Amino acid sequence: MSPLDGSGAPGVIAPRDAAITIRGLAKAFGGQPVYSGFDLDVRRGDILAIFGPNGCGKSTLINMAAGLLSVDGGTILYDGREVREVRIGYVFQNYREALFPWIRAADNIRYPLRRMGLPKREIEARLERLSADFRVRFDLARYPYELSGGQQQLVSVMRALAVEPEVLFLDEPFSALDFETTLDLRALLQAVLKRLGVTTLLVSHDLEESIALADRLLMLTRRPTTVADDLPVTLPWPRTSTTLSDPGFVALKRRCLTVFEAAVAGRPVDGAQA
Amino acid sequence: MKGLVAPALGALGFVALWWLATVVQLADPVLLPSPAETFRETWAAFAEGPLWTDLQRTVVRTVQAFVIATLIGVPLGVALGAKERVYRAVEFVVDFFRSTPASALFPLFLILFGVGEGTKIAVAAFGAALVILFNSAYGVMNARRTRVLAARVMGASEGRILWDVLVWEALPQILVGMRAGISLALVIVVVAEMFIGSTDGLGQRVIRAQSLFESGLMYGVIFLAGALGYLLNLLFLLAEKRFVHWAGR
Repeated sequence: MSPLDGSGAPGVIAPRDAAITIRGLAKAFGGQPVYSGFDLDVRRGDILAIFGPNGCGKSTLINMAAGLLSVDGGTILYDGREVREVRIGYVFQNYREALFPWIRAADNIRYPLRRMGLPKREIEARLERLSADFRVRFDLARYPYELSGGQQQLVSVMRALAVEPEVLFLDEPFSALDFETTLDLRALLQAVLKRLGVTTLLVSHDLEESIALADRLLMLTRRPTTVADDLPVTLPWPRTSTTLSDPGFVALKRRCLTVFEAAVAGRPVDGAQA
Repeated sequence: MKGLVAPALGALGFVALWWLATVVQLADPVLLPSPAETFRETWAAFAEGPLWTDLQRTVVRTVQAFVIATLIGVPLGVALGAKERVYRAVEFVVDFFRSTPASALFPLFLILFGVGEGTKIAVAAFGAALVILFNSAYGVMNARRTRVLAARVMGASEGRILWDVLVWEALPQILVGMRAGISLALVIVVVAEMFIGSTDGLGQRVIRAQSLFESGLMYGVIFLAGALGYLLNLLFLLAEKRFVHWAGR
């Protein structure tokens, strides 16, 4: 299906290293196929960034993986298990509509832990650990609407990580934040994710961010979605603002842009629905 | 405090205009008594007792009808809202009876409940329950989808989502429905007191004052009913502010 270089098949990952195995995934909206026969393996502990043109189904993919959207066909397995048997965390793009404004920020973070039925002491311990990990300097006893956008999204991230997820889903987590806040939050997040080794699927429409945060970058085409390119990102961690001017980073970004432009130009007609 | 100056001036202006109209004898004094006379007659009726009892009776009936309406309307509305397809099926019936003047239902309720306390409360509860049900159902149906998904992804069961997310999401709209409901209950109770075999209540007092040409008292009771409606509305507005601190933020 791919009009591009034929690198559509993702790199084969030994089954015991694969945290996520997607086979023959099919999904259509109103008769228009978005995915058909889509395969993907994600290595345990990897941060996989998914990048592609608008409407290519990036969010659709992680929503299906997170069990928020039904699949029309195929399987998405986590070490052989269904998603409901796996501890997952999910950070939504719109933190304003994802946090519960009727309870305090700390209670938002405690919420999934209470659902898990953890004892009070364990819940408080985790809350403290997260506050230390993310160097929280604002008052978590405030209500979400009393916090800045960056603080609210940080609370969302802490809530998602509180359950110690096996897989974390990030759906454009920084797109509603200003640049400075984004840089801060990105730095904190990569430190924690790399230390805990959480398998992460990141959807972003910011190419620079996708490369900076990822171990591997998946470039998708317009609908019906196929893999335009699948690149390892081997830049050293931690990735700071100097990484962004690293020659390796710049070369990778240039290559991605070329692939992206080809992916957009490849199907100008039937993929026009954004 | 500053916010109270303008409304107070408006109210004073209204009384001044009224007084002026009586001074220049714009209407027959029997049809339009002066503010002072109205106040005097109303105060006297209070002092002698019966008006105080009438006010209490009306408040008690309204509150009873409202409590019944809330106990039925909120749970049923939330449940129907959570099952949108079921709500769509009953929506026409709800809308139809919501649009039916409650006074048109008096004869029916008289047959069902007889001539007594029960009829007045039942018909007011019926009207208010539909308003509360309708608002509660819409509150749930308009719940933000992202919050529901967030709860689901955190492992909340459908029952927990209803309790932890949908009810809270709907709370602002539920309170709006309750505010509209208690106002409607008061309207229906006062009309019912006029026409369905009553011996007390503000509605009964107004119509009796009118037939006895006690026009000062009649105006006074009308204002009293108005003040009661206004106060109930205000009470709910304050409750909304207090309990839905996150609304609009």
